[in-house]
Amino acid sequence: MTAATPVLAAPPPASATARREPLITLDRVSVTYGRGAAAVAALAETRLSIMPGDFLALVGPSGCGKSTILRLVSGLLSPSSGNVLVAGREIGANEVRIGMAYQNPTLLPWLTVRQNVMLPLKIVQPFRASWHRKKRGEYRDRAEALLAQVGLAGFGDKYPWQLSGGMMQRTNLCRALIHEPDLLLLDEPFGALDQFTREELWATMQDLWMTKRTTVLLVTHDLREAGYLANRICVMSARPGRILEDCAVTFDRPRTMELVYQPEFVALTQRLRELIIGLRTAATL
Amino acid sequence: MGRFLATLRARAPSTALILGVFAAWEVACLGFGVSDIVLPRPTQILATLIDRWPALWPHTYQTLYTTLVGFGWGVLVGVVLGVLIGSSRLAFETAYPLLVGISSIPKVAVVPIFVLWFGAGTVPAVLTAMIICIFPIVVNVATGIATVEPELEDVMRTLKASKLDILWNVGLPRAAPYFFASLKVAITLAFVGSVVAETVASNRGIGNMMMIASSSFNVPLVFAGLFILAGLGVSLYLIFSAIERRLTGWAHRKAELTVTT
Repeated sequence: MTAATPVLAAPPPASATARREPLITLDRVSVTYGRGAAAVAALAETRLSIMPGDFLALVGPSGCGKSTILRLVSGLLSPSSGNVLVAGREIGANEVRIGMAYQNPTLLPWLTVRQNVMLPLKIVQPFRASWHRKKRGEYRDRAEALLAQVGLAGFGDKYPWQLSGGMMQRTNLCRALIHEPDLLLLDEPFGALDQFTREELWATMQDLWMTKRTTVLLVTHDLREAGYLANRICVMSARPGRILEDCAVTFDRPRTMELVYQPEFVALTQRLRELIIGLRTAATL
Repeated sequence: MGRFLATLRARAPSTALILGVFAAWEVACLGFGVSDIVLPRPTQILATLIDRWPALWPHTYQTLYTTLVGFGWGVLVGVVLGVLIGSSRLAFETAYPLLVGISSIPKVAVVPIFVLWFGAGTVPAVLTAMIICIFPIVVNVATGIATVEPELEDVMRTLKASKLDILWNVGLPRAAPYFFASLKVAITLAFVGSVVAETVASNRGIGNMMMIASSSFNVPLVFAGLFILAGLGVSLYLIFSAIERRLTGWAHRKAELTVTT
């Protein structure tokens, strides 16, 4: 159950060679939950830019506000102060298409795998306008092609409960990508899987990214996952969260599981790990 | 054929139990010489049922009619209220206590009020059947819609889905199994409502027929009325279970074991 591996990397997107303008900018963003004495500061004066084509991983101790950043970027949450800019403008002003996948696959049990994957096309413009015309033709083929790319060819007519956890998560990734989002948000998408399934899905995710070059923001606890998948890793401090470290990951693609055991890779994860452990002890003191 | 036999085998114990109860009833009445003014034998009741069927049929029709009309309106009002209450947390929290309060009133107690407003007859029976079956439907539909996973709602909202999109694509399909489960409860309750109203204030219907029969000590006829009600109740229950299984099979995939309450 390994996905096909396109060896050649796709050319960088046009916007990358032209003027590099961040897709997402967090400008001194603070978020506070609750009010008065019970108020909890989740983020403090956070600055972060995500470039088009970035594969950015956010790591940090639990409760540091990683998921808060995800919710800010997706527009589900408004900052208490500061600005979240999408393509240089206030969030909501731009039509940036977003795809999202959580750890819980949340597939709809009354729909087949293919129908689940096609759901965003029924909701998101401009696909929505021609939904009734194309749902049995073009959209169906598009869903099947995407399913085939993640190794689920022939599973379109199954129902979610007939799939394993890994297959459900592959379906979930397809659902997040079917509408060609400008930005893909992943909140620990592989967290609930066993290690071997998780590593298979890393490879699948890398394939998808190398063919589509979607901008990805990945929230994860798993440093190896961050190192394997991301181009950039941002380490966040304990609550209230700030970006402490922003490092580029330059290993060649396609990366393989062998890489994970190379000294350079181990050194990277080791360094990040010590940074985060240090934060944890500082927080408990 | 194999499937038919399997069904038969699964049903055999419960069928045997039902027949056994009737047989024991018959034998006990004969053995202890129970007068048919106290407790008629099942065979006597059956004979009365067949014998008096032409006279019983209009009453049966009346009861079935008031029950189904009341049930129909109950479903309509219940679904609308359930969707409204389920779609917003505020509405859910605001309206729920009132609903619980209304539902805890014994519905029998409102029949005299309906009679006062609308006179004796069909209307109070329909209304009683309706209000008695609204509550389980409202609660079930609202629960189904209100318990959509928050992650799924986030996913839909990042796709810029409107409230209506979410309701149509996620909320309603998700509430469907709850809705159909509540229909089975509601149809049984609707019978209670219409029969109670007929007993109190009507000149037609099984409830009324049973009142008159018991006042003239025609006990086999009273029991014949009971049998008709049981027959109607069971048939409608079976119809709605069948519809439920057809339409929401996805929710019952693991369980032929699902308890049918």
